[in-house]
Amino acid sequence: MTSAAPTTAPAAAPQPAVQPARPSAGPWRRALGRLRHNRSAMIAGAGLLLIVLACLLAPVYANVIAHTDPFTSNASGTAIVNGQRVPVLAQSTEGLGLGVTPIGPTWDPGNYLLGADNQGRDVMARLLYGGRNSLLIGVSSAVLCCGLATVLGVLAGYFGGWIDAVLSRFFDVIWAFPVYLLAICLSVVLLTSGLHLGPIHIDAGSLALPVVIIALIYVPYVARPLRGQVMALRNKEFLHAAVGLGASDLRVMRREVLPNVLPTVVVFLPLMTALNMLTESALSFLSVGVQSPDASWGTIINDGLALLYTRPTITIAAGLCVGLTAVALNVLGDGVRDALDPNARLRGGA
Amino acid sequence: MSTLLSATDVVKHFRAGGGRAVQAVNGVSLEVMSGETLGVVGESGCGKSTLGRCLVRLTDLTSGTVEFQGQDITTLSRRGLRPLRPAMQLVFQDPYASLNPRRTAGDAVAEPLRIHKYGDAAAIRNRVAELFDLVGLTRAHLDRYPHEFSGGQRQRIGIARAIALNPKLVVADEPVSALDVSVQAQVLNLFADLQEELGLTYVFIAHDLGVVRHVSDRIAVMYLGEVVEVAEAEELYAAPAHPYTNALLSAVPEIDDGSGAPRRERVVLTGDVPSPIDRPNGCSFHPRCPAAQARCRTERPALRSVAGRQVACHFPISPGAVAGE
Repeated sequence: MTSAAPTTAPAAAPQPAVQPARPSAGPWRRALGRLRHNRSAMIAGAGLLLIVLACLLAPVYANVIAHTDPFTSNASGTAIVNGQRVPVLAQSTEGLGLGVTPIGPTWDPGNYLLGADNQGRDVMARLLYGGRNSLLIGVSSAVLCCGLATVLGVLAGYFGGWIDAVLSRFFDVIWAFPVYLLAICLSVVLLTSGLHLGPIHIDAGSLALPVVIIALIYVPYVARPLRGQVMALRNKEFLHAAVGLGASDLRVMRREVLPNVLPTVVVFLPLMTALNMLTESALSFLSVGVQSPDASWGTIINDGLALLYTRPTITIAAGLCVGLTAVALNVLGDGVRDALDPNARLRGGA
Repeated sequence: MSTLLSATDVVKHFRAGGGRAVQAVNGVSLEVMSGETLGVVGESGCGKSTLGRCLVRLTDLTSGTVEFQGQDITTLSRRGLRPLRPAMQLVFQDPYASLNPRRTAGDAVAEPLRIHKYGDAAAIRNRVAELFDLVGLTRAHLDRYPHEFSGGQRQRIGIARAIALNPKLVVADEPVSALDVSVQAQVLNLFADLQEELGLTYVFIAHDLGVVRHVSDRIAVMYLGEVVEVAEAEELYAAPAHPYTNALLSAVPEIDDGSGAPRRERVVLTGDVPSPIDRPNGCSFHPRCPAAQARCRTERPALRSVAGRQVACHFPISPGAVAGE
C-alpha cells in the first residue's frame, strides 16, 4: 500500500491540480524502456534501419554513384573493367554458344558493383530499388492485414453469435486454401484485369495488387488470436462496468477492448512484415507478384536463376537481403513481444 | 420512505448443456426503499451476484419485472437504459478486474462523465479531482495506472466511478470480499460516509454475515436462487425465522463476552447445496433442513409475512409465528 488514505477527506475547495511527483509511466512507455534493454532486438532494429535507409537512397546510388538506369535493358552497352572496355553482355562461349553471360561483380561501387543481370542492368541498383518495393509491400500489406484483422477479430469476439459465426467461417474458408496456391490464383486473375470492386479500383500491374492479395490471405492468421483475446476480455468486470455506465458497444470496443488488444497487434506487425515480405518474394519469384520492369528481391532472385552457374552473385545477394531482413524483423518482433508482455516470457532472463 | 426499486418474481436462467438450464435466480421479489441499505447474503453460487446484475439490468431477465423509480426497466434496450444509468450504478467484487489495466485511475473515473456529457474537459477534470477527494484518494493518484494501487485503493476508484454521476441506487456486489480485513473496515466506513453525504441507497451483496450486519438496515437471505427470508437486520440476527438463516447465523463464531448471555446453538447442515441445474421439488432447502416435513418435499413455500418479516418456510421457527397456515 502506498498510502494510508483517510476514509473520507472533507470536500475541499478546488485546489490547483497537483502534478504527480513522479509522472506515471504508461504501459507503452514501460514497454519501450524494456525494449531498449533488449540487446538483440536493438541490434536487429539498427540493422533494419540500415537496410531501409540504403533502399531509400536507391536513386542516389543509381544517379550519383553508378550513373545507371536500373529499369532499361542495356544489352549492347559496354563497361570498363580492369582498364579494358568489355561488353556488359558477352556472348556465351560454353556449350552451344547460346545465351549471354553478363559481366560479373567488379566490387567497384561506381561501376557494376555486383555485376549486371541478363539484360545488362546494374544488379546493385536493382537490388536497392527492389528492396524498396519488397519493404514497401511487406510493411503496407502488414499494416493493411493487421488493420483488417483487428476490426474483424474485435467484431467477431465482441459480438459473438451469428456475427462471429459468419466471420469465423470466412476465416476458415481463406485458411482452408494453401497460402501460396490462393495467392497465385488471386494474382493470376487480378494481374491481368486489375481489381474493380465497388469504389476500389486497382489497375493491373500496380504495386497495390500484391499488397492487397498478401494482406487478405493472412487476415485469419492475425484475426483468429485477436478474436480469442477479445472473447476472454468479454467476461472481464471492467467491460461490464463500462456497460453499466451506459457506454455504447462502439465505445466499449474502442475504449476498453482496443487498448487491450493493441499490444498483440503491435507484436504481429514486424512478424507479419517479415512473413509478407517473404510471400511477396515468393510470388515475385514465380512471376505473379511485382511485374517487370519493376524490381523486387523476389524478381531479382528469379532473374539470377538462369545465371546461377555463371553469375551466382545475383541470386545470392538478393536472397541474403530477403533473409537478413526477415531475420531482423523476427528478432525485433520477439523483442517487442517480450517488452509488451513480460509475464508471457517462456525462457528465463533479465 | 418511498420505494426506489422493486423486483417482482425475477427469474434468470442460464443455458447449460443438454437443453437444461442453470436456475441462477428463481422467482425473487424484493423492494428497496429510498435511503436504506438492503443486505443480500447467501453462500457462493446462490445467485446473489446474478440478482444484483438483474436489478440494474446489466443482464436480461428470463422473466419477472424490475421497476426503478416506478418505471418498468425490464425490457428496456441498452440505449433505452442509458438515460437511467446515472441513477443506478454498480460497484464490483474484484478490484483487480473491474478497472481497465490500460487506462489511468483518473481516466476510469472520468469515463461516466464523458459518456453522459458532464461538461468540457476542464469541468470533468475538476469533478474527477473532487471525487478523488471524496473517496479518500489524492490528486497525485489521478494519472496512475491500476497496477500501481493496492486493492483497497482500487476499490475506492471503483466507488468514485460509481458515484460520479450522483446515483440514487448503488448495487455493491461483494465490494470488500477481495480485500484484507483491515482494509475492509476502511472501505465499509467509506460506504457509510458516502451514504450519509449523498443520500445513497445501497443493495449490498455479501457472503460475510458480519459485514452485512454492520452495513444493512434490512437483510435478504438467499438460498439456491430464492429469497428465503427478509427482515430488519437486528431482528434477523436476534431471532432468525427460516431454518437456513438459523444455520447460517449459528456458523458465525461468537466471542464469549463474559456476560453469560445464552450462546446460539450450533446447527450443522448436512449435505451440499443442490445443483441449481437440478433443484429439489418443494422447498429447495428441504434435503438439508433439520425441520423438514412431508409437505416441504412437495410444496414450494411462498414468501409470506410472518411477525413483521417475510419468510419462505412452511414451518418457521420464530416464537410467536404461526406454523403452517
